[in-house]
Amino acid sequence: MNPQKKRVVITGIGICSPNGITIPEFLHSIQNGISGIRFDPQLEALGFSCQISGKPQIPESYILNYLTELEQRQFNSNGILYGLIAGLDAWKDAGLKPNDDVDFDSGVIFGTGTSGIDKFRESIYKIDDMQTRRLGSTSVIQTMASGISAYLGGKLGLGNIVTTNSSACTTGTEALLLAYDRIKSGKAKRILAGSTSDSGPYIWGGFDALKVCTYKYNHNPEAGSRPMSETASGFVPAAGSGAYVIEDLESALERGADIYAEILGGEVNSGGQRGQGSMTAPNPVAVQRCIRNAILDSGISAKDIDMVNGHLTATIKDGLEISNWAEALGRKGSDFPYINSLKSMVGHCLSGSGSVEIVASLLQIKHQFVFPNINCEDVHPEITALIDASKIPTQKIEMPVNIVAKASFGFGDVNGCVIFKKY
Amino acid sequence: MTQTEIIDTLKSIVKPYVQNQQAFETLDEKTDFVKDLQINSANLVDIALDTEDAFGIEIDNESMQRMLTVEAALSIIEEKRAQK
Repeated sequence: MNPQKKRVVITGIGICSPNGITIPEFLHSIQNGISGIRFDPQLEALGFSCQISGKPQIPESYILNYLTELEQRQFNSNGILYGLIAGLDAWKDAGLKPNDDVDFDSGVIFGTGTSGIDKFRESIYKIDDMQTRRLGSTSVIQTMASGISAYLGGKLGLGNIVTTNSSACTTGTEALLLAYDRIKSGKAKRILAGSTSDSGPYIWGGFDALKVCTYKYNHNPEAGSRPMSETASGFVPAAGSGAYVIEDLESALERGADIYAEILGGEVNSGGQRGQGSMTAPNPVAVQRCIRNAILDSGISAKDIDMVNGHLTATIKDGLEISNWAEALGRKGSDFPYINSLKSMVGHCLSGSGSVEIVASLLQIKHQFVFPNINCEDVHPEITALIDASKIPTQKIEMPVNIVAKASFGFGDVNGCVIFKKY
Repeated sequence: MTQTEIIDTLKSIVKPYVQNQQAFETLDEKTDFVKDLQINSANLVDIALDTEDAFGIEIDNESMQRMLTVEAALSIIEEKRAQK
């Protein structure tokens, strides 16, 4: 078969989000606008400006489903735990089992920003205390960047590519597209892709110092994350993981797998930190080019897009993002597609954000709805000057959702955009 | 601490890492941690650290390197306890 013509679909999903650690719980949350943002006493104790956060709520006993008692000894890497919950659940959701023997047709591309930062901190304290010999056997595997893909690959017996990508807040979207390319080229049949992020003060401190997190909602956590709102005042730090089994359509059909959506195409690029772009700000030329190329790659037209799941973090850059979408799609006012931001409910899951939001996008296709934007009753005038406020739903809308565009943007001036279609 | 108590303590330390339960049930002085109990070799350092904690001793690098069997472990524990 001509590899150019291979079609690629998604056959399983898993989630570990601040507002749900199973697919049914997460689906219920996003349909009903349930926030996962809570007051964070640890951030308060450490004197953070922002004292609210979004963390997956995982009961102690639940961990045993993903890590044996032995693996839990000296385990201190919440990002790996989130990734295991999302990743292993996605594999199971796809109707697949851990392999007894190595499976050379299946791989893992699972990204992260850092790995095991709490374990890293613990290790550094021991080393400085002349206790290097007491680090134990798992300090390396928990703190190496590829820890999450190594854990997943080992638990499932995967023998194709097993790697971790990293591109800040674009990581999860990039992982999906890297998997898509590899399957499309015929080098793998299926890849467990996704991304994760550690939670806690040692991840979020740098953002607090950058003054990009909100400090105005410490006493009203659920109202804190306000993408596209006039009263948005910065993002809410969060963490979590989303995962998806990306599969060759032929293989999916052979197995009789359920299909969430087809990946029509996508694009990743960078603004080169030139023009208006910098280490922390996006170059609009590159953002628009990324969206346009994703559409071109998908063989659709911009007017075919039913809805957009944006990056939209609740900082002053939201208006610029809407302007980039409007320019790239050539659609404005009431012609603009519906748009939403999951961050209104879960905050900014950083390197986990793209994957958590992709899972939300896929659920909208599977269940034919658009989830509400919460905390967005007062849309920023800069945004309503470009698109009609009715395109930013504050209540769930049930409607045919055929084609969804999802984009993520990250520090380093990097962009990723993917186009999904109902199969 | 009697020899039996030492062996019992050592068994409880080793138990979580064992991948061959049958060999563990018939454990004796000749039992090899990796070959017989199929313990992941990376976990030998954890066993050494747990042994240090349980007996209040410190196991030097050379001793750790030869601590591959029950017999070797017992002799190292005995030696280090005597040095205390």
